[in-house]
Amino acid sequence: MDWKDSEYAGWGRALRAKGAIARPDTRAALNRLEAAPAFGMRRSYGDAALNSDGRAVDMSSLDRFIAFDPDTGQLQVEAGARIGEIASAFAPRGWLPAVMPGTGFATIGGCIAQDVHGKNHHHMGSFGQHVSELVLLQKGRERVVKPGTALFKATLGGLGQTGVILRATIQMQRCAGDVMLVTERRAPDWETHLALLDASTASYTVGWIDATATGDALGRGIVEEGESAAGLVKPRKGARKVPLDAPHFALAAPVVRAFNWAYFHRVPARGRSVVRPLQDFFFPLDKIHDWNRLYGKRGFHQFQCVVPLEAADSLRAMLAEIAGSGLASPLAVLKRMGPGRAGYLSFPMEGYTLAIDFPNRPAARDLIKRLEARAAEAGGRLYFAKDSLAQGEQIAAMYPDLPKWQTEVAKADPAGALETDMTRRLKLRSAT
Amino acid sequence: MNSSWIILGATSGIARAVIRKLAAQGHAMFLAGRNISELEAIAADCRLRGARMAEVMSFDARDASNYGQLIARLRDEEGELNCAVFTGSMPDQEVIDANPNMIEGVLADNLTGPATFLTMFAPLMEERGCGAIAGVGSVAGDRGRLGNYVYGAAKAGFATYLSGLRNRLGRSGVHVMTIKPGPVDTPMTYGMKLPLMTTPDAVAEDILNGLKRKTNVLYTRKIWRLVMGIIRVIPEPIFKKMSI
Repeated sequence: MDWKDSEYAGWGRALRAKGAIARPDTRAALNRLEAAPAFGMRRSYGDAALNSDGRAVDMSSLDRFIAFDPDTGQLQVEAGARIGEIASAFAPRGWLPAVMPGTGFATIGGCIAQDVHGKNHHHMGSFGQHVSELVLLQKGRERVVKPGTALFKATLGGLGQTGVILRATIQMQRCAGDVMLVTERRAPDWETHLALLDASTASYTVGWIDATATGDALGRGIVEEGESAAGLVKPRKGARKVPLDAPHFALAAPVVRAFNWAYFHRVPARGRSVVRPLQDFFFPLDKIHDWNRLYGKRGFHQFQCVVPLEAADSLRAMLAEIAGSGLASPLAVLKRMGPGRAGYLSFPMEGYTLAIDFPNRPAARDLIKRLEARAAEAGGRLYFAKDSLAQGEQIAAMYPDLPKWQTEVAKADPAGALETDMTRRLKLRSAT
Repeated sequence: MNSSWIILGATSGIARAVIRKLAAQGHAMFLAGRNISELEAIAADCRLRGARMAEVMSFDARDASNYGQLIARLRDEEGELNCAVFTGSMPDQEVIDANPNMIEGVLADNLTGPATFLTMFAPLMEERGCGAIAGVGSVAGDRGRLGNYVYGAAKAGFATYLSGLRNRLGRSGVHVMTIKPGPVDTPMTYGMKLPLMTTPDAVAEDILNGLKRKTNVLYTRKIWRLVMGIIRVIPEPIFKKMSI
């Protein structure tokens, strides 16, 4: 049986879809299917992977490694290959994907379609800047796409609208080994936090932020800096599972405040350096399988925006509003981004990015709407991999290259066979 | 020590999960099946995930003419040899009812083909005096049921064969494990509504653990040992009226 009627959701589980899903495990099986949007491990939070009342192709079984050249570090894989599996297989041999997002479950196809970034964006740019070739399936035919072309720019960060991504060649980066030397420092307030991020020269830098702290402690957090290293640490144990949907009070404000207080004080005031398995540093949340169930049945939303460097004060104001709301979750991240981006609809811009989860409740949805308006006003941008609530008009203003993307997409998929819930919600293919 | 795994039916959903784990452990992989281009892709994947080497072999459960050649090739490989059998086919019972001549093929895919190969391979295993054989039966082989009794009969036959082979090879230090998976979420079962479904990855994990512990008969998921234990003791006069 090719198609199975399913109910499925994005990672945030707040947006759901009903539709037929196919899961081919060979090229022959994929070729049998009519054109439909493709998805990988559904790690995008909103509706990027959903196609309500339509069909969608699950690419996660087309996940083979195809070829690797140890002289150049070029690795070719099928689109369903997970970034974490590539890291685990190649780090002991001294190679890592140049850019890795915050979950190892993300597929290469997903990394391309969202042009993801990692903790090293300030040095290495976005994922797409290290893609040296990719192959699309367009109307039943394979098409090789190289960097520098308009089709490449429309595909990187292009939400799968230019064709089904079949495979890609990525430039790997040398690494010292499969462990990370991590330095953690406390940032007691917003100014110090930004200053530490600005001054960091480490390969990988990220700030965890306590989004419940207010007043003088607003913006406090832990700045983590990492370098790859060789050595022996105990490999990480198998992932733990969340056995059932948590009750809605599991992440109530007092619980989150207590957790964040403990998390902040876990790092000594003078800072510390520790050695961690690679997976623990890059994919900390993967340790708990299905952690999205901690938010209960109703699911959650993640808000992520980037604002230009000079708009740092606007971001501070957004954080103050979040902290004052009592709606924040423990999972909040602050990062300085460089300018690197590969596609017309790529998220990154030079500036600061803030990512934070909220339970799916009316008050949180209202708050996110206000945050989105502030991000737009600050000349910032929202991230398609996270978004589930934005509006088309807002997005069009944030992505000035949208018309160029639309031109390429119209050529690649004139019938609109690859439209998803997200492209329809945000009117991406029709907005002007 | 050098160790090699020959995998019969290497393109099956469960096989692919097992192959990945074995490759990551650095074994030499001999991938046997009918779809050579698909096998080549899996072999390339094996090499990149850490296999010492990976080679593709043509294997058809319905045609034993080249089994001798395959075994000669394996004889050239030094060190411990291991074999895992994933060949099989499961046509709908109604389709078989309408075309009874399909039964021969089902028996070949699930029983006579792999049993012929293993019987020819067994002397080499005895000679080496080490290694393991893991063969996939099915919980469907534990009792003939309305829904798939031809498939069940073939799997029951294979389980009995493996039990005998275990008895024989145990004497020379070769372990034989019978694997009885319940429904697994593979392309073969995609879209079917089946109880207590598990994933190929979980089954592969169980298989590798079972081999380490020298389990004789491995049910995966484990609950199936209990479920089938109950189903087996239902008296026939009652069972024949049930449709489970």
